[in-house]
Amino acid sequence: MEDGRTAVTLASAQDVAYAREAAKRAMTEIGASTVRRTKFVTAVSEIARNAVIYGRGGRIVFEIREQGGVRSVVAECSDRGPGIADVAMALTDGYSTGKGLGRGLGGAKRLVDRFEIRSSETTGTVVILESRAR
Amino acid sequence: MAGASGSVPIVTIAGCVVVAIRDDLDDQDILTLQDELVEEVSRRSANGVVIDISSLEIVDTFAGRMLGAMAQMAGMMNARTIVVGMRPAVAMTLVDLGMTLEGVETALNADRAIEAIRAGQA
Ligand SMILES: Nc1ncnc2c1ncn2[C@@H]1O[C@H](COP(=O)(O)OP(=O)(O)OP(=O)(O)O)[C@@H](O)[C@H]1O
Ligand SMILES: [Mg+2]
Repeated sequence: MEDGRTAVTLASAQDVAYAREAAKRAMTEIGASTVRRTKFVTAVSEIARNAVIYGRGGRIVFEIREQGGVRSVVAECSDRGPGIADVAMALTDGYSTGKGLGRGLGGAKRLVDRFEIRSSETTGTVVILESRAR
Repeated sequence: MAGASGSVPIVTIAGCVVVAIRDDLDDQDILTLQDELVEEVSRRSANGVVIDISSLEIVDTFAGRMLGAMAQMAGMMNARTIVVGMRPAVAMTLVDLGMTLEGVETALNADRAIEAIRAGQA
């Protein structure tokens, strides 16, 4: 990650594993603690899987940032799917239109320092996750 | 002794099916492994399943659901499932996810788990 950016195309379960690997590398590079790294990689896994399952695939881009001497990793996951009609509802634990437990989105939000989601029928879904090294 | 699990070796020791999950499994691999574990339990009439997750860097909702389902299926075949080697950071993350892994017992290591399963036999 010499230029601080990595992109992973998301089309299959295997790609979700690649996204986890890239997330782990980025968090390791900024010297994040084990707990912070584990939480971020887990959040990335949830969001990337959603993009593959519900979003007809897409891609996730990782970027390393620095602010006030603290480094962080930002992941931006975008898909080409139908969007989420009711984001607040989707974030509720236990809400799932699939076979899941409906804990992915809400869980991911709790696992990172910053969580943003934009979704529409025309643009698909974009989720931004950010975690600091400490 | 060894199961036909592709790249994840499954062994049965003294009526306990033991598997160490590799870290780089994708969702499809996890489902395959689940099938093979259930088959091995049935073929060996095992009374316990020990799943070593010490090499798992993360357990997300998918892997967590698989562990719960595994315990349930083994339970229906009268086998007890014990998960060993969960990393502290993984346990903390599961709490944030709100995943309680209901019905999944845990133990410190595989030896303890096998002991517990054998002690529980009638
Ligand atoms: N990228 C997406 N595009 C369209 N819909 C989505 C997307 N991500 C999530 N959703 C919708 O939001 C719901 C909740 O997502 P969430 O990840 O919380 O649960 P889940 O994927 O159904 O189950 P789990 O993640 O616990 O296995 C999904 O069931 C789906 O309807
Ligand atoms: Mg999900």
